Amino acid sequence: MSHKLTDGGQVMHVGTLARVEGEGAMHIEYRDGTVTDVQLRIYEPPRFYEAFLRGRAHTEPPDITARICGICPVAYQMSSCWAVEDACGVEVPEEIRLMRRLLYCGEWIESHALHVFLLHAPDFLGYDGAVEMAADHPDVVERGLRIKKAGNDLMDTVGGRSVHPVNVKVGGFYRYPTREELRAVRPRLQRALDEAVQTVKLVAGFEFPDLEQPYEYLALRAESGYPIEAGSVVTSSGGAFAVRDFTKHIEEFHVPHSNALHARLDGSPDPYVVGPLARYSLNADRLSDVAREAAREAGLGDTCRNPFRSIIVRAVELVEAYHEALRIIDGWTGSGPASVPVPPRAGEGFGASEAPRGVLFHRYVLDDEGIIRDAQIVPPTSQNQPSVEADLRTMVQSWSQLDDHALQHRCEQAIRNYDPCISCATHFLDLTVDRG
Amino acid sequence: MTVTDRSDATATERTRPTLAVWKFASCDGCQLTLLNCEDELLRLAGEVEIAYFPEATRAVVEGPYDVSLVEGSITTPEELERIQHVRQVSRRLITIGACATAGGIQALRNFGDVAEFRSIVYAHPEYLSTLSRSTPISAHVSVDFELRGCPINKRQLLEVLAASIQDRKPRIPSHSVCVECKRRGNVCVTVAHGTPCLGPVTQAGCGALCPSFDRGCYGCFGPQDTPNTVSIAHGLRELGMSEPEVVRIFRTFNAASEPFRRESERHEQGGPPAGEGEDA
Repeated sequence: MSHKLTDGGQVMHVGTLARVEGEGAMHIEYRDGTVTDVQLRIYEPPRFYEAFLRGRAHTEPPDITARICGICPVAYQMSSCWAVEDACGVEVPEEIRLMRRLLYCGEWIESHALHVFLLHAPDFLGYDGAVEMAADHPDVVERGLRIKKAGNDLMDTVGGRSVHPVNVKVGGFYRYPTREELRAVRPRLQRALDEAVQTVKLVAGFEFPDLEQPYEYLALRAESGYPIEAGSVVTSSGGAFAVRDFTKHIEEFHVPHSNALHARLDGSPDPYVVGPLARYSLNADRLSDVAREAAREAGLGDTCRNPFRSIIVRAVELVEAYHEALRIIDGWTGSGPASVPVPPRAGEGFGASEAPRGVLFHRYVLDDEGIIRDAQIVPPTSQNQPSVEADLRTMVQSWSQLDDHALQHRCEQAIRNYDPCISCATHFLDLTVDRG
Repeated sequence: MTVTDRSDATATERTRPTLAVWKFASCDGCQLTLLNCEDELLRLAGEVEIAYFPEATRAVVEGPYDVSLVEGSITTPEELERIQHVRQVSRRLITIGACATAGGIQALRNFGDVAEFRSIVYAHPEYLSTLSRSTPISAHVSVDFELRGCPINKRQLLEVLAASIQDRKPRIPSHSVCVECKRRGNVCVTVAHGTPCLGPVTQAGCGALCPSFDRGCYGCFGPQDTPNTVSIAHGLRELGMSEPEVVRIFRTFNAASEPFRRESERHEQGGPPAGEGEDA
């Protein structure tokens, strides 16, 4: 809600952001059409993961860190597995990497479908939420639920369940799904792929505010294929570095108004962006033909700098994830072992993967018995916080002629463009409370 | 947010019970379980009026609410106050998930030296506004039903919601995962492969998921009724687990539940206290 300040300024404050994962608020002050303060306030309580990972065994991070987030647990499982295996000097065979990628496809689908249909589309179609939207657009909501369910089915098949999968372990999987189990889920994935292509067309028809932001993008890039479960880091200004050098380039810092750390790239005062827009803009050439065709028909170039169009990019990534899942299933032989031994040794290891919301980095220091001595986790939403605030600043500045109601809604939408995962961002050791 | 005065609603709408979904310290996974009811969500929304659910909608219908689902544990002074409010506006309060029913994984802080922890970790301890313990909802207000699981099970959630609407007791089993394993026809991973498993002391509800994937149960549904943790801990030691490993297996997502807490503490200082085999 909005109210006037005694000095003639105005404050717009939304105490509980809706249709985002976790708890956050927005606070914007402006005077005479000039924005004087913008804060994405994350008041979600911290849960201290990095602290209590200390003293746990090197086999435990996949189960423990999954609990940072119910919407993207696989991202935490994958980044933690890579990091522990790196510390122990183990490389998993290609087949295990592929099965990880397949499980991750399920998570992208579940998470992106949730965001596109249930959290984001209502903004464009003018509803408070998907249930309200279903009264007038049952076909849209039902399609969204079908698309989402197919992703959850895939996660159930490979991971055992979709929230906090049980089948992932350091070194691989407890057991591979059988070829029969994979075959059983295939027709649903095929149908959902077709519906995902239709979804790109649907969301491309939404009305988008005209806005181009000068983002510095950061994403993984793999040797082949679209980046999902692994890769090294690239940026839109031409930067490129290995995952193990992540903390040499990315510095976390802390601001008084958020319980989540912010991050900066190479000491730059300008924010950088991770997530679907960054992934797409740095890897459009790596999309499958069907996803690239869907993107082209939706009018996306090789890069996209309009944050509101992120819903189209997510829909394109849905197509990619379904296509990739079918490709992996069709080529699956299941011949090798489901896991390789990862004997503990002292060392430091690094891992990163592309969570639905962007790059998720893990670092662990192990002692010679494999006990974790130090842990660091950098989730995507904390990296995006400065950019969310920069977007809000730009938008309030550009659209100050809108009435309060419209402007507030536009700002909430600007935050939802990022699909912020606030529970993820607030697992930190550091806790600050704005008492201002 | 849009606030709707319920007097605006039509008479038909007012006959539907109202549902509110609240979040405290948690990962959102149990709320997500509601949104993962893809086949049932729209029908459910016809049976109940979703009156407060920020993760899903901007609309807010003013309370009081017929049914409140509460996810997450109490970890800050602000949450201590907010849970009192939730209780006041809820005719029936149901906690969902390990955080809300047992303090969740964030209750691992309860076992640490918080003073030392703070001095090591915090750049700005003066800003600290967190509690030294993570506690379940029932430690603060009366709770009408506790649904276990990290995360909760979708079928069980729907059963609890249906029971609430129909004013009956939910049919949620309190026996162990072992029963589910037998029903599913799984070979016992402990007997056949010597795999450590918490199934005998863990409440059913997941469908014996882990043994179906060739791994031992790790207790994410928390202790069953009257679990014999002493006996299972003895068995875990015989299977080759060290004392610290036994401590850690009881200290995960339900670490602060009474039976698991007590058992982990028994093994904490390098070995169980005298009288191993007897209940402490």
